[in-house]
Amino acid sequence: MKKVLVIFLVFCMALGMLFAGGTSESADKVKLTFSSWRTEDVPVYEELISMFEAENPGISVTYRPYKTEEYQTVLAANFKGGSAADIIHLRAYGNFEQFAQPGYLLPLTKDNIPELEMYSKQSLAGSTSINDGKVYGVPYASQSLVIYYNTALYEELGLKAPKTWAEFMSNLEACKKAGVTPLANGSYTGWMVEVMSGIVGPNFFGGNEFYEELISGKTDFTDVRYQKALEAVASLTPYMPKGFTGLDYVEQQMLFINDMAAHFLGGIWEASYFASQNPDLKFDIFVAPPLKEGDKTLISTYMDGSFGINKASAHQEEAIKFVRFLAQEKAQQFLSDKLGVKTEHPDVVPSSSFLKKVSDPSLSTVPYIMLVGFRYEQPTGSSLVQTGLQALLSGEYDSKRVVNEIQEGVAQYYKPFQK
Amino acid sequence: MQSTLHKPAFNKYRFLWVLFFVMPGLIIVSVVIIYPLFASLLNSLYSWNGFERQAFVGLENFKSLFTKFPYNQRVPNALMNNLKWFFSAMLIQNVFGLLFGYLLSRNIKGHEIYKRLFFMPVLLPIIAVGFLWKLYYNPQFGMFTKIFELLGLARYSQAWLGNAETATYAIIIMNIWRWIGFPTLVFLAALDNIPEDCLESAHLDGASEWKIFSKISFPLIIPSIMVITVLTLIGSINVFEQVYSMAGLDGSPNYATDTLGTLFYRTAFGSQASTIPVVSIGSALSVIIYFLCLIFSVASIVFFQSKEVEL
Repeated sequence: MKKVLVIFLVFCMALGMLFAGGTSESADKVKLTFSSWRTEDVPVYEELISMFEAENPGISVTYRPYKTEEYQTVLAANFKGGSAADIIHLRAYGNFEQFAQPGYLLPLTKDNIPELEMYSKQSLAGSTSINDGKVYGVPYASQSLVIYYNTALYEELGLKAPKTWAEFMSNLEACKKAGVTPLANGSYTGWMVEVMSGIVGPNFFGGNEFYEELISGKTDFTDVRYQKALEAVASLTPYMPKGFTGLDYVEQQMLFINDMAAHFLGGIWEASYFASQNPDLKFDIFVAPPLKEGDKTLISTYMDGSFGINKASAHQEEAIKFVRFLAQEKAQQFLSDKLGVKTEHPDVVPSSSFLKKVSDPSLSTVPYIMLVGFRYEQPTGSSLVQTGLQALLSGEYDSKRVVNEIQEGVAQYYKPFQK
Repeated sequence: MQSTLHKPAFNKYRFLWVLFFVMPGLIIVSVVIIYPLFASLLNSLYSWNGFERQAFVGLENFKSLFTKFPYNQRVPNALMNNLKWFFSAMLIQNVFGLLFGYLLSRNIKGHEIYKRLFFMPVLLPIIAVGFLWKLYYNPQFGMFTKIFELLGLARYSQAWLGNAETATYAIIIMNIWRWIGFPTLVFLAALDNIPEDCLESAHLDGASEWKIFSKISFPLIIPSIMVITVLTLIGSINVFEQVYSMAGLDGSPNYATDTLGTLFYRTAFGSQASTIPVVSIGSALSVIIYFLCLIFSVASIVFFQSKEVEL
């Protein structure tokens, strides 16, 4: 028995020594942790952190990425257990609200983060609580929804990037006649169908004007403009691949990447992935063209996340320092260049040609309706439109039934619809 | 003499020894099963703000599950899919499992190879099998699509997972393929345990193969049928990984593959791109799933015990 005890104590001492390593210099440093769902961006954030550490020798930051699908659950458990990181990469809109309202996050103001002055109200909307109006994060990146097209196929078929919606439809028809699958998109992955509606919809429901009316309760989802927008998405089904109802996101991407389809309706985030998967793929993007030439070109955008601070952090001062660093032009430009994302700092110059296109000031940005306005309570607008569109595209429901179900679901909690 | 002297000491420490061996299992069961069960029960009786427990609301969350949109539609829909899982498993998986087990017990040619072949898919991880079968079902280049094309039946080929009519059954078929080896082996073991003299005397009396099976073998393997039925029942109510790996958390398309398991997970923890967590309703649903398992398991055990035959 004594022998076992001695072995156990020796083991414990060895273990203690193993973790007790380090220099006195590192012991003096304030150690911050930074949690995120961006597992694929580890090298980029580590490089960014080393830039910060070079400027702030007294602080070290450790990047802690978690699996995307589990991130929200992990955050919830960490906050409750008191082990959440000092700096939190927050998801936008309804997804950060669940942590802001119980008081886990430090409200950011122009006093503690003066750099917030630089950001527009729309940029901060993704990290502004709809309950208390406070800002809880410095914007990370915004996403835009676009149409990818295979330039080699366009050249082969003698097509040009369309200037109107009718031209786009005739390009799809030309591809179909030439035996090329016009669209790579399918409907099996719910959120991708919502993305399609975000690309096609604004031209049909009328952009910001409709969104403002919707948010204020002047109109609702049964509005014929919204119904027409969903019907426009459904009108694309003849151009989708065979068995499109059973094609998931990755399978859709593969069709476009491997030159098997002429177009892909998706987010701007796809560009770098497409290029890395098939360096020989010749592709470009265009924003969904307006119904009439000369009309405003509308593009759905949304904030993809922000950088927030754990209110219970033992090193709040240093955490604020790091978040201020993230909010500055240098870090935002670095993230834009390295990750190929559109950051919201006004002085950042996008380096990629795709980002330049979606940053064109002549474009009219429209909020990505369900995420921006209706993903705060259950049933979320996103879950309703995703499943509704799946049923519409497969012919199971008609558009009237889809808009009625969306309206019924959102009206459960959305006060302006309860009048 | 020495052993008699040590006996009181052994008795004195016996309790501690038993505790020593039982403790690890007890701790794991308590932490992983018993505590979450009671925590869910408690959580289901409160309102929640995000992940913070708020006021006591009694059975309000349970009421919401059956009266409030969308839960009043999602729960019956998911329950119906769980029933599809149960009946398909009972009618196809277990009936064929019994048939295969019976054939193997008759020592047909190559039965040792078949025994291993049948059991092999059971050993494969469900997530890997799910992803593999998702590729088989791919409407563009999947194995089933190609087989239909080769047979000149391309017009009958379709998006098996994308069609609301076929999606759940497509996943069930995958699960049957993977799991049929288990009931086969259980029934085989039970059939092999029947005393040979019973069967021999029946043969000598001129009983037909069917008569021997229905009057002798079947009643004697009732305990195994009970075990398989209870496991099928629990498995069908808890089904999650199969749907998750092939249709995701949202029960695509349009909740056609949704089960109580995916609905619970989506409600309690949210789904990355569509829903946000509602811990209160999720907890209430988990309590219902637990009681469904308990009630149906006890009912089937009681039912089968009354049918048991002893030699």
